[in-house]
Amino acid sequence: MIEVEKLTKRYGSVTAIRDVSFSVAPGDIVGFLGPNGAGKSTTMRILACFMPASSGSARVAGYDVFNESLEVRKRIGYLPENVPLYADMRVGAYLDFVAEVKGIGRSERKRRVAEAMDRCLVADMQNRLIGKLSKGYRQRVGLAQAIVSDPHVLILDEPTIGLDPQQITEIRALIKSLAGDHTVILSTHILPEVSMVCDGVIIINKGAIVAQGTIDSLVEQFFPTARVHVQIAGPYAAVRDGLRGLAGVLDVHDEGAQDGAPTFVVESARGRDVRGEIFQLAAQQKWQLRELRRAGMTLEEVFIRVVAGEEAAAEETMAREDSTDTPEATAPEETTA
Amino acid sequence: MKAWPIFKKEMRLYFTSPIAWVILTIFLFIAGYFFYSIFAFFTLASMQSAMNPAMARDLNVTDSVLRPLFSNVSVILLLLMPLVTMRLFAEERRSGTIELLLTYPVRDGAVLIGKYLAGLTLYAMMLASTLVYPALVAYFARVEWGPLVTGYLGLLLMGATFLAVGVFASSLTENQIVASITTFGVLLIFWVIGWSSDYLGGPWGRVLSHLSLIEHFDSFAKGVLDTKDVIYYVDFTIVALFLTLRSLEARRWKG
Repeated sequence: MIEVEKLTKRYGSVTAIRDVSFSVAPGDIVGFLGPNGAGKSTTMRILACFMPASSGSARVAGYDVFNESLEVRKRIGYLPENVPLYADMRVGAYLDFVAEVKGIGRSERKRRVAEAMDRCLVADMQNRLIGKLSKGYRQRVGLAQAIVSDPHVLILDEPTIGLDPQQITEIRALIKSLAGDHTVILSTHILPEVSMVCDGVIIINKGAIVAQGTIDSLVEQFFPTARVHVQIAGPYAAVRDGLRGLAGVLDVHDEGAQDGAPTFVVESARGRDVRGEIFQLAAQQKWQLRELRRAGMTLEEVFIRVVAGEEAAAEETMAREDSTDTPEATAPEETTA
Repeated sequence: MKAWPIFKKEMRLYFTSPIAWVILTIFLFIAGYFFYSIFAFFTLASMQSAMNPAMARDLNVTDSVLRPLFSNVSVILLLLMPLVTMRLFAEERRSGTIELLLTYPVRDGAVLIGKYLAGLTLYAMMLASTLVYPALVAYFARVEWGPLVTGYLGLLLMGATFLAVGVFASSLTENQIVASITTFGVLLIFWVIGWSSDYLGGPWGRVLSHLSLIEHFDSFAKGVLDTKDVIYYVDFTIVALFLTLRSLEARRWKG
């Protein structure tokens, strides 16, 4: 439904996104993740035909966003980041205008507008001026204008930002209900949202895609081993060696002492749960088991690892470049340090 | 035609916000005052001419009421029209709504036409509401209908040109004040550009005089319908609208 190939966008000398490629299957909900300024909005603006890419191509609903932009625009619903709406229009009149511009005939329009208002829970506000609405309601009106034409593809830039927890739940339920008939790409930096709503994830950082796939496959990719977080009040070396000696344990990382007790991350093969063995060990040795939980299984950890890993790698290369460029300059610094 | 919903939306925005009401009120107030003073002066002159037949010969409604009224109205337009058009694109850009508008399945041209026609319609309403003045005159004196019709046609064409320039200026910026001052500046330059023809003379003088917005209006006010003047305003409008279309396109590329 969405195919993006080697998309690059430059603003003057600044490159917002570089060689971005991904695809979204029909009916899927894909989360577009990334820190602020990573290039999420830029990518979505290109997909929504608001601006052209500097190079590369993108096809939405089978049409090229640049050469067949009008065809693409007939088939998408777009919610820009800060939800720009006409403050001086009433909700009902505004949605009617959007439906008309999107080419919905007079007879069907009334029904579609009413339906969109119902789904987005704004029906009781239809005679209010948009400018007088609260942020949450404006967000929902924005969502209503995106779905009013029942488009094939929905491009939602941070659809739940600025909503209260209750509204967030409602909007997430709404987005989830769109799956199947609609292909949805939504950007966010709220990670649990992605785990709750999305089938797939695309993580973008500094204008380039750093990871993509289903949440499970990403977890597997970035955490090939199962991890258990253990805190045992006992003699440090004995605990460490005891853990290392357990059957199924591949590696033990020292996390330092927390609350005065040695803490470790224990790695085992994926699918092999060593928590039972750890408990037995502690029981045998009469060590106090303070904490025992699985770690490294969530999208958060994948995200932090991917984004932080990128940064660490970048710093490393920069440091290396620095040292190769000016070896004399770095040497004295090291001695003083 | 996809321009129709855009047109309706713009009309709705003109009238749900105070803009249209304020412009109509101020316009009618000033135009009404001008009409009053011109007509009062005409009444005075006709009473004096009752005792002076030589003076009465030169006195007629077209020259003494309508022409000065038209030229006064055209000055009000010079000041007010930039306010009619300033928000059309600048406001969409400032509030970000242009991002949604340009991702709806409408061509830039249809957006432009819808917006331009909305401005033109508001202007036509302003003009139509002044028809009460000639109607009042006709009640008391004999009105020549020819000059009246051409005068209004001239005002309409000149206003259409003003609006096109205003729409163009509005498409260049996201600041409504910048849009309106730019419009006013451009219109004023083209208004007075003919003045220098008086001392410049020769072909350059004729060129400048031909470029002047007001020179072409004179003949309409006199009751002369010259294709050269009609074409001047139509051309001016088309060029300004074409530039607007280009500026919308350029903005897309800049992002």
